[in-house]
Amino acid sequence: MLYFAPWKIATIILVSFLSLLFTMPNFLPKSVVEQFPSWAPQKRMPLGLDLQGGSHLLLQMNTQELLANWLNTIESDVRRELRGDPSGARPVERIPYTGLGVASDAVRVTLRNPADMDKAMTRLKRIPQPLSNSLFGGTSGNDIEIITPGGGVIELRPTQQALTERTTGALDASIETIRRRVDALGTTEPVIQRQGRDRILVQVPGFNDPQTLKELISKTARLTFQLVDPISAEEAERRGLPEGTAFYPSAEDPNRREVLRTEVIVGGENLVDAQPGFDQRTGGPIVSFRFDAQGAQRFAQVTARNVGKPFAIVLDGKVISAPTIEEPILGGSGQISGRGFTVEGVNELSIQLRSGALPASLQIVEERTVGPSLGADSIEAGKVAAIIGFTGVAAFLIIGYGLFGLFSVMALVINLALITATMSLLGATLTLPGIAGIVLTMGMSVDANVLINERIREELRSGKSAITAIDIAFTKAIGTITDTNLTGLLVAFIMFWLGSGPVRGFAVTLGVGILASFFTATTITRYLVAQWVRWNRPTTVPI
Amino acid sequence: MRLIPFKPVVFVKPGTRFSFVTHYKIAVAETLLLIVATIVLLSTLGLNFGIDFRGGTLMEVRASSAVDIADIRQKVAALGLGETQIQTFGSATDVAIKVAEQPGGDAAQQAAVAKIRDALGPGFEVLRADVVGGTVSDELVRGSIIALTVAAVGIFLFVWLRFEWQFSVAAIVALLHDVLATLCVLSLLQIDFDLTVVAAILTLIGYAVNDTVVMFDRIRENLRKFKRMPLDQLIDLSINETLSRTVMTLGSVLITLVALFFFGGQVIHGFILTLLVGTAVSAYTSLFVAAPLLYLLGVKRDWGTAATAPGRKPSAAARPETDDAANDADAEPTPPSVVAAVSAASLQAAQAPANPLPGKTPSAPARRPAADPAKSPASKRPGAAKSRRKR
Repeated sequence: MLYFAPWKIATIILVSFLSLLFTMPNFLPKSVVEQFPSWAPQKRMPLGLDLQGGSHLLLQMNTQELLANWLNTIESDVRRELRGDPSGARPVERIPYTGLGVASDAVRVTLRNPADMDKAMTRLKRIPQPLSNSLFGGTSGNDIEIITPGGGVIELRPTQQALTERTTGALDASIETIRRRVDALGTTEPVIQRQGRDRILVQVPGFNDPQTLKELISKTARLTFQLVDPISAEEAERRGLPEGTAFYPSAEDPNRREVLRTEVIVGGENLVDAQPGFDQRTGGPIVSFRFDAQGAQRFAQVTARNVGKPFAIVLDGKVISAPTIEEPILGGSGQISGRGFTVEGVNELSIQLRSGALPASLQIVEERTVGPSLGADSIEAGKVAAIIGFTGVAAFLIIGYGLFGLFSVMALVINLALITATMSLLGATLTLPGIAGIVLTMGMSVDANVLINERIREELRSGKSAITAIDIAFTKAIGTITDTNLTGLLVAFIMFWLGSGPVRGFAVTLGVGILASFFTATTITRYLVAQWVRWNRPTTVPI
Repeated sequence: MRLIPFKPVVFVKPGTRFSFVTHYKIAVAETLLLIVATIVLLSTLGLNFGIDFRGGTLMEVRASSAVDIADIRQKVAALGLGETQIQTFGSATDVAIKVAEQPGGDAAQQAAVAKIRDALGPGFEVLRADVVGGTVSDELVRGSIIALTVAAVGIFLFVWLRFEWQFSVAAIVALLHDVLATLCVLSLLQIDFDLTVVAAILTLIGYAVNDTVVMFDRIRENLRKFKRMPLDQLIDLSINETLSRTVMTLGSVLITLVALFFFGGQVIHGFILTLLVGTAVSAYTSLFVAAPLLYLLGVKRDWGTAATAPGRKPSAAARPETDDAANDADAEPTPPSVVAAVSAASLQAAQAPANPLPGKTPSAPARRPAADPAKSPASKRPGAAKSRRKR
């Protein structure tokens, strides 16, 4: 007990020193910390939203929509394959079919002549793609299964695995898109994380306008340029839609519909830039855009072939405007205007167009906003409670254990430094429940010291000499301390594992606090006591 | 060199001998009463579930001057948002508005927030606005129930591993007792039951088990030390020995909790109150419920015989051998306070393992009549002491 190997002493002093050093940045103003030399620690615990104010959104991806989009793509692939290219340079004959459409989770088509089955299958087999990880899985090779129930019917059904893969991919793509959109707001350190299978967590500290944030990130912003079919909506309703067209609602008037060709001339993915601006003639807000080389070429071709006909600019399935092509648009740039456009609206839209479209729409399932004054109140309250709590516990320990209480208080200081240092290094976010966790740890971590001090008392009462009593007390108390700390760690682990948000932050603090208190009680307190014993050679213990 | 100029205050006088186990009938009655009270309270008043678990909207606004609650109530009621709760918190200028989940998906929730904002008009700063959708709140309920269950099962297994099943059962019953009592208070005071309250209950479980484990640890130690002391006396002795520690630790925790309660801000009030109530209750529970229950269940006294239930093996193995050595060495000078407390018969028993020649101790049956079998529910196994030594 009295003897400490030199390396142990060095470790204890080093850990104490480092923990104090790494704690420091949290207590100094940011301007001071920034002037530190580069070797000095500068990491602070980032403050949670509840402390600095901000918006927290939990978004859920619409997987149904994702599937629907995919099925639509498959449907047009099937149409293209079966239609062939009878008038092309190398003609491919048309296979007659009927009833092509999406049925719940698959695309169905019926061949007019069941004898065409083999021919059709050869062509349709080109649609499924091998799964990216089929190399390792080896079981299911393709993303789409082709089933032939008989009677000339062919079904193309996306596999479950492919769907999962697509959801993951779409979620990752969405996170990237959202990150670009949020970055455009210019706020510091936004958190954009995947949560579970189909959710995204977005936390923007210091941003207090949840409405703007929501509009900005939950919109798909899928921009397409499509040709308008000459048939009017009324006529199409009466006679049925021509092949390859669909109804699109107008963005200005939800009751009006337009009939557009479903084929996309150019999409938002071909945009290289989009900027808000004002129309030189009307003065109204607009978004000006530029296509990439491929997009510019395609747009030029189509507009050259369709002069005098209208084309539609479609955003998220709604027709923004349908101007007539006056002349071929060759420069690869243009502008979008709409009657409903506002200055904020075009700002948002140009950010969205620049950041790219989301693969599917996102639904907000949880939203929490904390105003800046509540955050400031909470920090202040946390500080006051921590100081009062610490003073109270320190006084209580010194009253109860005298000099040994003072040792415990010193261990407690190192303990707190160790917690803040560890959390700063881990980059763990400090939340109000987290502060409560630290303050509570003060109360709980003294338990180890209390157990030791009580043991010393007991051993003394049983008539042992001062040094023997202290020695035995440390040895014996360790067993109990281990038991109690293990239960504490168990609970902290469960909270972290199963909890979410603030509960997790609290669990981290609690867990780190328990480990730190185990370390300080078994090394720092012990070392302090050993030094005291060595210097004083006491015959009685003031406890 | 005197750093501390006064003598430490000893809160629990040495030699204190409260009898905890003998009053077990009161504890049993109280526990049964508590169960009835919980059922009655939860079925009548119920818990005031927050939006985390029910879905809906919670807004906290701050007015520039003291607010007229009735006026706000009227304004919000006029919006026809269904069930709403409006109350001030903290100060006279801060108002919390809770609105039940609106039918019509998440867009409807957003609309509700906007409506309230508009209805209140200018002069109100929005401190906080939380909207939780139905899908998320269902998951949070499920997650919380799973977390609480896993925590309880984990602790049961842990205590079983480190001690015996009787200890495990006593610990779990004590834990349930704590949680039920806390729920009763939460229901009575209609505290907003949200995620942080669940975190508080989990923390409480950790803390309460801590308390119980410290006591169990001492009981186990004394079981080895005083092989023939009747169980009720042994448990009482163990509790009294750890009473001073209980007071010091409980005191420290309560000091910090009280500081947090009064100065830690409104946001964590429910959280801290839950802990405060739970901590106070858990101190009572370890002493007056867990200990008597352990007595009623009985404990095997033959620590160390390997050939009994297979479940015991890990506990024996997990125990550090140095523990034994220390026990044997220091049991010799029996503390005077113990002499005063225990009966002559058990004193004799207490000194039995203190034989200076371990390993040569004559086997127990010779002295068997000395122990009163009627008093100790778990019969002692002959040869227990001997086989322990041989390990």
